[in-house]
Amino acid sequence: MIYLQLFWEFLKIGLFAVGGGMATLPFLQRLSVSTGWFPPSLITDMIAISESTPGPIGINMATYVGCSIAGVPGGIVATLGEVLPSVIIVVIVSMSLEKFRGSKLVDSAFYGLRPAVTGLIAAAGVSVAQVSMFQLGLYQQTGVLLDFFDFKKLIYFVLVFVAIKKFKKHPIVYIAISALLGILLAF
Amino acid sequence: MLRELLTIYTIFFRMGAVTFGGGYAMLPILRQEIIEGRGWADEETVMDFYALSQGLPGIIAVNVSVFIGYHYRKVPGAVAAALGVVSPCVIIISAIYFLLSGFQDNPYVKHALAGISVCVVALILDAILSMWKKGVKDVFGVALFVLAFAVSAFTGFSPILLVVSCAVLGIIVRPITARVKAEKGGDGK
Repeated sequence: MIYLQLFWEFLKIGLFAVGGGMATLPFLQRLSVSTGWFPPSLITDMIAISESTPGPIGINMATYVGCSIAGVPGGIVATLGEVLPSVIIVVIVSMSLEKFRGSKLVDSAFYGLRPAVTGLIAAAGVSVAQVSMFQLGLYQQTGVLLDFFDFKKLIYFVLVFVAIKKFKKHPIVYIAISALLGILLAF
Repeated sequence: MLRELLTIYTIFFRMGAVTFGGGYAMLPILRQEIIEGRGWADEETVMDFYALSQGLPGIIAVNVSVFIGYHYRKVPGAVAAALGVVSPCVIIISAIYFLLSGFQDNPYVKHALAGISVCVVALILDAILSMWKKGVKDVFGVALFVLAFAVSAFTGFSPILLVVSCAVLGIIVRPITARVKAEKGGDGK
């Protein structure tokens, strides 16, 4: 029964992949080798599509692989399998957290955690910025420092940021406008 | 109750449908919908959920959604949030898998995505600034921020270990900074 197998395999990924969507990648590669359900070449397509469609990358990848193995029901089963451990674990953690809320120990732990998470998110932002606004590849080819910067995008970045600060609209507004401008200005 | 769960499902569905990238890319939309829009959780609570999600197994965006769902309406809320945030993925990806081969090579799609990715960086920056205001309270906080940033950006060190060590550091250092503050009298830096 392929659906049961799919569910089980993705349940294991959801249970053991720690650190977000991209952390599931090595598991998917191993799944390809150990089961032969899909060729390793599918993984590149999967990443490209997962990155370029809305939704958390980890879930997109699970749906894509599930679909390629057993159609739409496969996609659904794989996704549910990957999500189930999260639901169980997070609920258990939330319950124990409620018990300890307000305790000095937990408070102090979060005192250290909050700046750290801010730093982690900043690093994630920088890595997105690197890909989306700078041209490291081109700079390495030509050696001209100016080639490192994509001025059109940098200027647009400043404009969007100012607009976000000023107008306080829902993020989807800026995303939609950016998609449109991306096409019009050929980013 | 059922109506409330449907609302939770719908809100998370909407967030899943407009998030491009991983769990952190969801933060700006989450702030708008959950913190400012509905007040289901405050900024500090959401940050704590992000910290915990980083160290737990699973997709970060899903973990954060389940935390918020549970925080707001216990287990039913948690399940509604999880299903909501993954539903758009299932619909969109299945559609693309079967209908649009070569979707990601289309030049219009490429340009649109390039525009979106610049916007996502601006949105993340805005989110970071507001987290900084809430979470970084003193020199120790600044040091941890720099540490976490540098380690994550320049080394392959596991984010789980990093998060755990920062929690431990917080437990060790908090009593000291608290005493320094008390000696100075008031809440000076």
